[in-house]
Amino acid sequence: MLPHLSAAHNLARWLMRDAEAAEDVLQDAMVRALTYFPSFKDINSRGWLLQIVRNTAYASMKLNRGVDLVAIGITEEGLTDFISALPSEDDDPEMSLIKSRDYRHLHHLISTLPVDLREALVLRELEELSYKEIAEITQSPIGTVMSRLWRARQNLVRAAATQGLCK
Amino acid sequence: MTVARGLNPAGRCDRILLVQAQFDSELDSAQTARLQAHRATCADCQAAERELTALRTLIVPNELYRPVHGAVRQRLAATLAAAQRRPVRGLVELQTEHRSARQAVFSWIRGWRQSALAFGAGVGCATVLAFLTLSPGEQTVIEQVIAGHVRALQPGHLEDIISTDHHAVKPWFDGRIDFSPPVKDLEHTGFPLEGGRLDYVAGRPVAALVYRRANHIINLFVWPRADDFSAEPEATERNGYGLLHWAQDGMEIWAVSDVDPVQLRRFVQSWRQSP
Repeated sequence: MLPHLSAAHNLARWLMRDAEAAEDVLQDAMVRALTYFPSFKDINSRGWLLQIVRNTAYASMKLNRGVDLVAIGITEEGLTDFISALPSEDDDPEMSLIKSRDYRHLHHLISTLPVDLREALVLRELEELSYKEIAEITQSPIGTVMSRLWRARQNLVRAAATQGLCK
Repeated sequence: MTVARGLNPAGRCDRILLVQAQFDSELDSAQTARLQAHRATCADCQAAERELTALRTLIVPNELYRPVHGAVRQRLAATLAAAQRRPVRGLVELQTEHRSARQAVFSWIRGWRQSALAFGAGVGCATVLAFLTLSPGEQTVIEQVIAGHVRALQPGHLEDIISTDHHAVKPWFDGRIDFSPPVKDLEHTGFPLEGGRLDYVAGRPVAALVYRRANHIINLFVWPRADDFSAEPEATERNGYGLLHWAQDGMEIWAVSDVDPVQLRRFVQSWRQSP
């Protein structure tokens, strides 16, 4: 289970979007995992742990509903970057995507995705889990995972292309 | 074609989710071939694939991944050490964890050298106990249980007594086997009893109870233990079959099935709770 600690942290961090809140979730989740892990360790322990992290994160978000944990906005500096980075009319959108490899901007875009789309994207792109594994972790049908993933990607491509997030 | 237009779902080809699935390596070769034939003539699908490819060049996992850092790791170790010291799990439970517990404890120690001292005593106890209680024949039993399950799935081998009535199945074992297995009807929880038969596992005749979940068969192998030992369910997976193994009421019990692991766990939970 501990080999999956970074995976657990990664998911907590992306779900909570706040370092401290993510650490709290990770702590809670690991204590829970430690309490229950004797019975389940042979059934895909990474998926199982990520499911605990996810449930803990959702419980925490529900508890803090109304409190905005998220202070991720565009900083003044970032805004200048944004404006100066707007693509010219004749820029090929695909090229502008490729050029805009500044991960801080992408980071922001992913952070602002709705949480269900965000988790699907993070589990697929960063954890490289299969649809089936994502479906198990998020307790959703595979079809739902597919459409969430599609919508997440669609939002990203659209935002990246229209806002022209280039350096 | 612009990305913005291509991304508008309205009026888009409904196979773009398949394009995405292929992009994510989720399709088999037949599905891929069918999709490719379609995509050759579908502008929507071609656009979808270009967008996915463009996006993937944008997403660099290493830059976005948030691994756990030293300070967080240390604070976590402290919390876990404190949790370890609390009697979260009793000693008896630790004793029952057999082989996998040993592996878990080892990987635990590997990952946590720095903090090992903090709860070294506890882990040490668990390791020693796990060694003492390790049963060398367990691997063989797993193989026999799976073989029994697979054999039972051959036509005509599933049940010797076919009945959904546990009052009929239980007495059937009288005189055929030297113990009376606990036969429970779990119809109300969605796991109807189908019948029972005799099987041979771990060098002795055992009772095999057959339950069904939709199209899946769950075989429950039961035989008495020499002692009054009890142990929480422990999960294993082998050849695509899920197994749960536990001991209660003086019986050694194995559940095996190709049903979803979550369902198997639910089944075992209901079975254990049922009177």
